[in-house]
Amino acid sequence: MSPKRIVLRFDATIADQPIIYRLVSDFGLVVNIIKANVNPQKEGTMVMEITGENNKQGLEYLRGQGVQVHTLTENIIRNEEQCTSCGACTAICPSGALYLTRPSMEVHFDSDQCVVCHLCTKICPVRAMEAHF
Amino acid sequence: MLKKPLLYSEEAFIIGAEHLFGGVLMAIEKSYAEINAKIKAGKAVVVTAEELISMVDEKGVEKTTEEVDVVTTGTFAPMCSSGVFLNLGHTTPKMKMHQVWLNNVPAYGGIAAVDAYLGATALPDNDPLNNNYPGEFKYGGGHVIEDLVARKPVRFRATGYGTDCYPRREIETNITLDEINEAILFNPRNAYQSYNCGVNLTSRTVYTYLGMLKPNLGNAHYSTSGQLSPLLKDPNFNTIGVGTRIFLGGGTGYVVWNGTQHFPEFLQIDSDGEQKGPAGGTLSVLGDLKQMKPEWLIGTSYLGYGATLSVGIGIPIPMLNEEVCRNAAVKDKDLYAPVIDYGEAYPNAKPGYMKLVSFAELKSGKIIVNGKEVPTAPLSSYPKAKKIAAQLKDWVAEGEFTLGEPSQLLPSADAGLKGKPLKG
Ligand code: SF4
Ligand code: SF4
Repeated sequence: MSPKRIVLRFDATIADQPIIYRLVSDFGLVVNIIKANVNPQKEGTMVMEITGENNKQGLEYLRGQGVQVHTLTENIIRNEEQCTSCGACTAICPSGALYLTRPSMEVHFDSDQCVVCHLCTKICPVRAMEAHF
Repeated sequence: MLKKPLLYSEEAFIIGAEHLFGGVLMAIEKSYAEINAKIKAGKAVVVTAEELISMVDEKGVEKTTEEVDVVTTGTFAPMCSSGVFLNLGHTTPKMKMHQVWLNNVPAYGGIAAVDAYLGATALPDNDPLNNNYPGEFKYGGGHVIEDLVARKPVRFRATGYGTDCYPRREIETNITLDEINEAILFNPRNAYQSYNCGVNLTSRTVYTYLGMLKPNLGNAHYSTSGQLSPLLKDPNFNTIGVGTRIFLGGGTGYVVWNGTQHFPEFLQIDSDGEQKGPAGGTLSVLGDLKQMKPEWLIGTSYLGYGATLSVGIGIPIPMLNEEVCRNAAVKDKDLYAPVIDYGEAYPNAKPGYMKLVSFAELKSGKIIVNGKEVPTAPLSSYPKAKKIAAQLKDWVAEGEFTLGEPSQLLPSADAGLKGKPLKG
């Protein structure tokens, strides 16, 4: 069975729960965490691959815990021509994929860090962030 | 022949105005005419406001004032009080355009027969607005302006009620910027001197003109280019006034008046009464849209708030004297923005601010508010502001852009202008 790539988003109240442990112990899933951005008292994001027969039930469990679960079938890209380097996305992007360098204040996009949460596609004032399937 | 006092003898001027004479330091004074003559001869020394800061650090104010003729500034940010006057030309038979739309966005037709004003925040009649909260506001007046400047055809529609001299009652056609008679960008309030830094103290996300503000001090947004920003570099309006020639949207424009809500003041910290830089000044600017470039006028949408136009403005500051130089060399660490809660205080018009933060702090990526570290982000593009200041510098240095001497300076903080609330 080929692994399923998923992205999890959760708020601060869930960040200290052993949800990944439960996926492994209760649902017998093989979990491979690709990247994680978890801080106590802050919203967290995680991208991982899961393999196992009970993956549907595992995902249901996560959703039941208030975790937003999306499968990673999309890619977010930045239209470089369109981006004005305004910076409006940089304190919104939860994974640090969109970030400023100082002192130039240029905005950069590291798609490897992106967890496809779609926040930037909605808040970018000039619609420079695009979702591609 | 009129006898001149010895101190001001011609000799003293020949020696050089900067020379010490009779124990009195003669101040450097340059006129617009002198500076313009140097610009036309291709000999003007032009630097950006960032470059001026390093020069003053290195050489001091006096030497820098002597050497530099013009300092250029820049800002690129959403500026809602913007729009364009259009003269569409007469149809056959003639028509008095009563209601007007461009790409379905309504323009104001309450002026002469074929004139209209398209505002940057105008929205199509069928826009879902905030009914589907937070609304997306994908296309509005600012986007139409961008499309016109990009030379894209724009769908034009108008209705009229018919008069004896203007019998036609409707028209629907495509127009382009080059086909219509005039398009004059006229922005009644742009280039805010300093602007609020918005935070959100409530427990729900708010969608504002300062972007999406996350609950419980999740982020802080500001929108000024700080040490490159035009009105922060001429805090007392010593040089900027009616007739100042500027970079506007990639073309040439003018300051035509103070902006609406022009209430210049100096921010202070209450306890020590120390001045914390200027705020509150604004500009009315005007220019020929046909000369402008889509790179510098960009239709902009704020989730949950509305559509607007991001405008690029650059203002040259003539180095008339040391005071002008000293003001133009002020750094991010000495320029401030008030932190305001957009969750509760701002919408309910509660006066005051939570604290003042410097642009150096804002640009560092975090500020401390109520004891909490809050990530900051700008809404105004510093890289674009830099590019504007550099472009304007080239124009002036190459002799293509001379200074417009203001026929009247704008009111400064001394005028004590204050906003009046609307009763009702
Ligand atoms: S909000 Fe959009 S335009 Fe601004 S920096 Fe981010 S991607 Fe670029
Ligand atoms: S979708 Fe946008 S906001 Fe979300 S992680 Fe990717 S880059 Fe950041």
